[in-house]
Amino acid sequence: MKHLISALVENEPGVLAHVAGMFAARGYNIDSLVVGRTEDPAVSRLTLVAKGEDAIIQQIRKQLDKLVHVLKVRDHADEDIVERDLMLISVQTPPGRRAEIVDLVELFRGKVVDIGARHMMIELTGPEKKIEAFINLCRPYGISSLARTGVIAMPRTPQPDGPTEEKSGTTNSD
Amino acid sequence: MNPDPTASIESSSSATLTGAQLFHRALLNQGVEVMFGYPGGAALPLFDVLHDSPIRFVLVRHEQGAAHMADGYARASGRPGVVLVTSGPGATNLVTGLATAHFDSVPVVAFTGQVKSHLIGNDAFQEADVTGITRPVTKHNALCRDASAVARMVNEAFFVATTGRPGPVLVDLPVDLMNQPVTPGPGHERPRLRGYKPRRHAHQGQIAKAAAAINAAERPVLYVGGGVIISGASELVRQLAERGNIPVTTTLLGLGAVDETSPLALRMLGMHGTAYANYAVQESDCLVAIGARFDDRVTGDVTKFAPKAAIIHIDIDPASISKSVNVDLPVVGDARDALEHMLPLIERRPRQAWFARIEQWKRQHPLKYGHGEAIKPQAVIEQLGRLTDHDALITTGVGQHQMWAAQFYGWRRPRQMITSGGLGTMGFGLPAAIGAQFACPGRLVVDIDGDSSFQMTMSELATAVACDLPVKVVLLNNNFQGMVRQWQQLFYDRRYSASRMVNPNFAALADAFGATGLRIDRPDQVGDGLNELLTTEGPAVLEVLVDAEENVYPMVPSGHGLDEMDLGSLA
Repeated sequence: MKHLISALVENEPGVLAHVAGMFAARGYNIDSLVVGRTEDPAVSRLTLVAKGEDAIIQQIRKQLDKLVHVLKVRDHADEDIVERDLMLISVQTPPGRRAEIVDLVELFRGKVVDIGARHMMIELTGPEKKIEAFINLCRPYGISSLARTGVIAMPRTPQPDGPTEEKSGTTNSD
Repeated sequence: MNPDPTASIESSSSATLTGAQLFHRALLNQGVEVMFGYPGGAALPLFDVLHDSPIRFVLVRHEQGAAHMADGYARASGRPGVVLVTSGPGATNLVTGLATAHFDSVPVVAFTGQVKSHLIGNDAFQEADVTGITRPVTKHNALCRDASAVARMVNEAFFVATTGRPGPVLVDLPVDLMNQPVTPGPGHERPRLRGYKPRRHAHQGQIAKAAAAINAAERPVLYVGGGVIISGASELVRQLAERGNIPVTTTLLGLGAVDETSPLALRMLGMHGTAYANYAVQESDCLVAIGARFDDRVTGDVTKFAPKAAIIHIDIDPASISKSVNVDLPVVGDARDALEHMLPLIERRPRQAWFARIEQWKRQHPLKYGHGEAIKPQAVIEQLGRLTDHDALITTGVGQHQMWAAQFYGWRRPRQMITSGGLGTMGFGLPAAIGAQFACPGRLVVDIDGDSSFQMTMSELATAVACDLPVKVVLLNNNFQGMVRQWQQLFYDRRYSASRMVNPNFAALADAFGATGLRIDRPDQVGDGLNELLTTEGPAVLEVLVDAEENVYPMVPSGHGLDEMDLGSLA
């Protein structure tokens, strides 16, 4: 099962090496790992996506928590969260088909950020499923190159009345 | 050692001091009395402040020895062992020693010199990425980037090394920062470890559940590891066993937590454990692991381990819980704290049927060995136990002699057996004995060693002679890497590939170092030989030529269940 785990870590040199080294040494597989600053300059947020049985995920969580510079670890598996991945994708634009690609970009609320004679670079954000759906739709045109940031996430504030306007992975809202 | 690193530290905010002077002052505030190490270019400012320091500096012959000495010092005393070496090769030579301490949860604090800050990453002379290299073999490490942070980093290192599940911490100190005069601000020495919160207190509800499960059990077994010795819970384990009437087995690192003369003692379990300990674990309906981590040398095939037991696990490290064996009832916390709260809830049960079975196993399968023309190594250790009243501090190398020591010395008290368990580091015995002797100057310290292990670090005999330490070495020489040979005999058709040793004359070698060398090779010489060794002043080595192809039994072959033991030819 896919788990999204986030950790607050001290913004000290070498922290990423401690985290990455621990994963390598223990043989954990991670799909993505993102580290970025937070509102507190002394603290960074690390978000990782890992797949594995519950026992493995538990170990990952505990081993992360054991690192001296890690402040807090949270597994978002059973939480209502907002997750976002940012992608830059360069799609080939066969003659006469540029307009349909632009239509696709608009449907996904993406942005065309660079246009050349035969390529178009598109920026798209959203939950992983949306990003992957867009990639699949672009394949027939030919993908020249692709870069993704990996997922960052945050739990939603619990709402007292009714469901929230967006469930992760079901709409294209930014 | 002061458990609160901030409590007794005098403020040094007004004075201007060099990084090295701040370092030295922080060590004194931590109560450091002795350090082990070796100098070198990038560490010279640190060695300069030690020149007229009250801290005793022990000059070793190889940095690996320094790490093992600090380790032996820490295991014998419970206080952190401290190491100081230079950059590059000085630091990389520590790696085996740090990994040894890390695996066995020993508080070692290592300081390494580093090249000048602006040269880091430049492939400077004697540069190595020491924090990178030692990250997986330390509990924590850090590179100093600011001279005014030195005292804080020293204090953090001691705090992290000695609290929670202890372990080695390394601090890398660039030489320019150590020479730099700084005027640190107030509170500069205070640790800042926002993310480090070692848990101590166990959950009361879990403790009550565990006590209820133990009380309800018909065939309980206490499975006691090194964590019990680290937390000082040995006496509480004894009380728990006696109050509840529960048999106790210990791991290699748990030896000494329980007096083996107790009728409740099952002695060591695992690959070379007693048959009765292994049978008891396999038949148990409630296995209580305390400060132990279900190592593969203890469990054998995990899928066959303690199949009938509900497993209770008391451990301070949450990541130890359900790591290799699924635990039914975890109690996360310090063993002493948890047992203090559990003890009043434990009720005495007769468990007559259970003890009758254990007695039968003990009668049928005692530890034993044969007799012959050559000296049996087990006999030497048994006799050493008697002659030292089972009260010596014993260190070992790794291999057959280590297992025979575990089986035959006869353990009475905690911190008596100092051995490399997890990493299995050959060459640990002699330097560990030197460190232990510094921790316990008045005690008899004996390194039970093998010919191959001894040769890995024997240059430290020079350290023992230079420091006039009365460490004794009982060197069981079978002219083989005995355990490798045993496996080759049993599993590789006696093809003794690279396990035969051509050895020096150990007694003459000891003499050449300035120690005393003795040698025996007949069974009737064992008593006199040991007596002569023990009454010799200063460092001494007794080489005992033993039966070359003696094997360690019982033996659980790799990948088998604990009850699928090979009891050997004497079964």
